[in-house]
Amino acid sequence: MKSRYLILPAVAALASALVGCKSGGGDTIKVGEFASLTGKEANFGNSSHEGTLLAIEELNAKGGLLGKKLELLTEDDQTKAGEPRNAVNKLISKDGVVAILGEVASSRSLEAAPICQKSKIPMISPSSTNPAVTQVGDYIFRVCFTDTFQGAALANFASGTLNAKNVAILTDVKSDYSKGLAKSFKEKYSSSGGKIGIELDFNSGDKDFKGQLTSIKSAAPDAIFLPGYYSEVALICIQAKQLGMSIPIFGGDGWEGESLITIGKDAVEGTYFSTHCSSEQGTPEMLAFVESYKKRFNGKTPDAMAVLGYDSAMVLADGIKRAGTTESAALRSAIASTKDFAGAGGTFSLNANRDADKSLVFIQVKDGKFRYKTTVKP
Amino acid sequence: MDFLQQTINGLGLGAIYALIALGYTMVYGVLRFINFAHSDVLMLGAFTAFYIAPKIEKMFGNQSVLGCIMVFVIAAALCACIGMTIERLAYRPLRNRPKLTVLITAIGVSLLIEYTAQNEKVIGASPQPFPQLLPEHAFQIGQKLIISSNDILTVAVTIVLLVAMWFIVQKTRVGTAMRAVSYNQQAALLMGVPVNRIISFTFGLGSALAAIAGILYSIRAPGIEPLMGVQPGLRAFVAAVLGGIGNLPGAVLGGVLLGLLETFAGGIPGLSNYRDAIAFAILILILLFKPAGLLGRSTVEKV
Repeated sequence: MKSRYLILPAVAALASALVGCKSGGGDTIKVGEFASLTGKEANFGNSSHEGTLLAIEELNAKGGLLGKKLELLTEDDQTKAGEPRNAVNKLISKDGVVAILGEVASSRSLEAAPICQKSKIPMISPSSTNPAVTQVGDYIFRVCFTDTFQGAALANFASGTLNAKNVAILTDVKSDYSKGLAKSFKEKYSSSGGKIGIELDFNSGDKDFKGQLTSIKSAAPDAIFLPGYYSEVALICIQAKQLGMSIPIFGGDGWEGESLITIGKDAVEGTYFSTHCSSEQGTPEMLAFVESYKKRFNGKTPDAMAVLGYDSAMVLADGIKRAGTTESAALRSAIASTKDFAGAGGTFSLNANRDADKSLVFIQVKDGKFRYKTTVKP
Repeated sequence: MDFLQQTINGLGLGAIYALIALGYTMVYGVLRFINFAHSDVLMLGAFTAFYIAPKIEKMFGNQSVLGCIMVFVIAAALCACIGMTIERLAYRPLRNRPKLTVLITAIGVSLLIEYTAQNEKVIGASPQPFPQLLPEHAFQIGQKLIISSNDILTVAVTIVLLVAMWFIVQKTRVGTAMRAVSYNQQAALLMGVPVNRIISFTFGLGSALAAIAGILYSIRAPGIEPLMGVQPGLRAFVAAVLGGIGNLPGAVLGGVLLGLLETFAGGIPGLSNYRDAIAFAILILILLFKPAGLLGRSTVEKV
């Protein structure tokens, strides 16, 4: 074998060793984030990313943490199942992040959580509400309430404000969030005396719902519970209107995306949904956040996902400060003992299940805008 | 009442599937291969309409009938050109290769269009609101039956196009040439039929139909995104096979049947989740007992 050919494998080995090694140490604290920046739920990912980015920039303006600046590494999971796994693996093994922030959707959080748990990297979800997310392990946190609470609040809303004795449920069977919330709502609503009328399903990505809607229309419920994501909700409301249905439709925090209004237009007028917080709440933290968000993002009003993206980063920062280190076990304990944290979305503590005990708000779509209606305490 | 309403819903959806299935079946008829990029021409038709509608609106006024017709015509013409370009660049050079090669190329073209469109610099992967081309009225018949003006538009356009297709294929020279090419390409060539031009024309025609189907689909579900063609394309392909691939009335029958099936299954609690499974199960059953499809004729190959 000619000796000059030995150069190639040697160079290749050296190159792969250099590329493959973890970028550890250095003078920044690396924070990983994965979000649906493109795709069907791009509204969610972009909102939460903007909130997180604002938080990191504010922290760096104040000098960073532990004497180092924070570096935010964001991966786009394109609203596709299977992508969160790749994103989180890359952030942990290649980029060497100390913690992961993400995701908004429960299905994608559930995909990434086992990887973070196994690698012992703390993961803080801004707004995944399916109870199963934090049950994956003690390194998984969330800064929002769970669907056990949201389902109950929605059930009370249905029997109370909407005065509905009979509710039909339309579930997205491809989404863990939708299935979980529907289940929670059903339990609480039935046990408080409400009657569940007809129950039908659809798949996220479907575009035609007239079959389901016609059956619901002839069952004539007092209200329709639709625990889905905004893309399908907008289409369902449009097609319900085309079928001449005027039954009130309501849902959960998956509704909160601006595409709900740009696509749904007047078909979603007057509908209600529950979510984590509203920019119209007058707490000092919310007002300060809304102001800095508007300044940073060209006068745009933040939605709940942006607030929670911000709070997830701030809770992480608070944890790093209290732990005094980014070492995973110490950081985990510090985050787990978050108490009375004054977040932009409200003051909360993380309970034993690593969920946040927070209030919920109801929003009504009025005049093409999201308008705050009421707050429900846990 | 429920049955009638679901039938109306199903017909509206089935008409769209029929239009798309026609494109699949025509191309199969002349070229003996499934054009997998057809569903993406549907998406391109919808987006073409999305981009030109505001400009048309400025010229003809908001939600006018003439403006709507212009949008349809321009989108169909542009997509016909796109379809012909795809054929010229991707399929014609492989005309004499094994069928598998062209099939894989077709899948490649489909993926190319889908992923290029999803790139944020091109169209972007998030759903966008399709503009309203015509004002929408819901007509109430009797006690509970509602027919939307969109459904009437869809069925009317489909019937007009079907009659036009039938006329073109049966009564014009081009149609006769298309049928000749579908029987035997070599013999047609020997008879002086310009085979390449006929194939291009077929692709153009099929793509125009797909574009119109795409616009009708977007009117029904006004959230459009680059992957919107995948589901209806797959269902229309199943419809074309169900009705007998290569058979035009079969494609229409298959489309309408599938639309009705999907709508009825969607309205039954417990089954609404299994609509696709039911549709494909029926396809498998039909193919087991009648492999040529409902209206297809089994061809005997002389060895």
